[in-house]
Amino acid sequence: MIPITLTVNGRRVEATVEPRTHLADFLREQQRLTGTHLGCEQGVCGACTILLDGVPARACLAFAVACDGAEIRTVEGFDGDPLMARLREAFSAEHALQCGFCTPGMLISAYDLIRRLPEADEARIRRELSGNLCRCTGYVGIVAAVQRVLAEVPKAATAPSPAAEASPSARADTPLWGKIKTALGAKPKA
Amino acid sequence: MKAAAFDYVAPQTVAAALDALDAEGEARILAGGQSLAPLLNLRLATPKRLVDIGRIAALRRIEDRGDHHRIGAMVTHAAIEDGGMALADHGMLAHVAAGIAYRAVRNRGTIGGSLAHADPSGDWPSALMALDARAVAAGRAGEREIAIRDFLRGAFATALEPGEMLTAILLPKLSAAARWGYYKIVRKAGEFPEAIGAALFDSERRRARIVIGALGSAPLPLDNLAARAAEKGIEAVALDAVEAALREAAPDLDRIALRHHAVAARRAILEALAP
Repeated sequence: MIPITLTVNGRRVEATVEPRTHLADFLREQQRLTGTHLGCEQGVCGACTILLDGVPARACLAFAVACDGAEIRTVEGFDGDPLMARLREAFSAEHALQCGFCTPGMLISAYDLIRRLPEADEARIRRELSGNLCRCTGYVGIVAAVQRVLAEVPKAATAPSPAAEASPSARADTPLWGKIKTALGAKPKA
Repeated sequence: MKAAAFDYVAPQTVAAALDALDAEGEARILAGGQSLAPLLNLRLATPKRLVDIGRIAALRRIEDRGDHHRIGAMVTHAAIEDGGMALADHGMLAHVAAGIAYRAVRNRGTIGGSLAHADPSGDWPSALMALDARAVAAGRAGEREIAIRDFLRGAFATALEPGEMLTAILLPKLSAAARWGYYKIVRKAGEFPEAIGAALFDSERRRARIVIGALGSAPLPLDNLAARAAEKGIEAVALDAVEAALREAAPDLDRIALRHHAVAARRAILEALAP
């Protein structure tokens, strides 16, 4: 057993883990954060996608012991986040889920897609979401939900800044992201 | 499934990593883990110890070394895709990186891990062979450089000796005249490809390369075909000519695989040479 310290959804967590325990099992079994779902445990299905140091990662392909010092954000960690609030509303309005098993990973990937590629068209959205499998919806509703949120982000505010694209870790605090947040926050609820 | 038990160390330096590799029992290097972790979870790999090189900052750097760039083994696909650095490769690496698996995988998967894994269907083996890149292997005796076509020995087999680790890739700078093409036949975005074609023509450096990947073994360079294409243009490398060259170099390919790979190569050549 090896001691680790990491941040999970803004909370500092100290724990001891077996080296073979992957991050998704750590989150589900030791932190009781069962929103992170496990489908294939080999990186294919995307259900366990979480944000690791601000960027999407497969929680089943990262060992918890290797995440010492990391900042983890799971689907439970987005209360009060305006973009995730809009995404949840859009997923509901567009029937972007049926059984909901893929939804946590879909939301994380969609959240990253909108921040990284605000100009994405339908083909790009489909390509970017190709790493998240859904066996219910046929993806039409999911793509529509992402398009709905992208349409709410004013195009004038989304000219990608080169600095934001170059450094994933710096992305959260870019002026672009500030503008998106402001635009979404100012929008009345549907 | 869950991985079998293993010991875990996360050294801070290459020297400490080499020490950890040398110690008793079977040890495997853990880079980004995007290929190794599935193998562990499926228990296809059951090493006694993992040596996690993710904490070695020196392996995440890209340095300009005059006529080439030195790309640290732990540079991620996503970092290359986002193109924060000018590589003098006319965007080939960024294009290749963007086509690897999915963003969540690219954020952790690394160029060095992929090359050392030497999956025949991986992108970096074929692309880096076409670019005449070199691998840097560190061992007890110091560093040595190995041309990628010598580094890749077969499916999942490299020239790394026991106790050695891959620390960097040396990427030669292309001239302004260079043209490249890279084409994969993939049934679903992000999946392993059926066939890979990579082409590079740099008239100023007098270099012409056509590489076929996603075979059952290491990527296959077709040097004679590339020389003919460079000399006579795309008319000399029609699909029939590509297929004939490939049949000669890889006689065991069945008709479907032969056609898949010839088409991938032909499309890469067209990307590179079409006006």
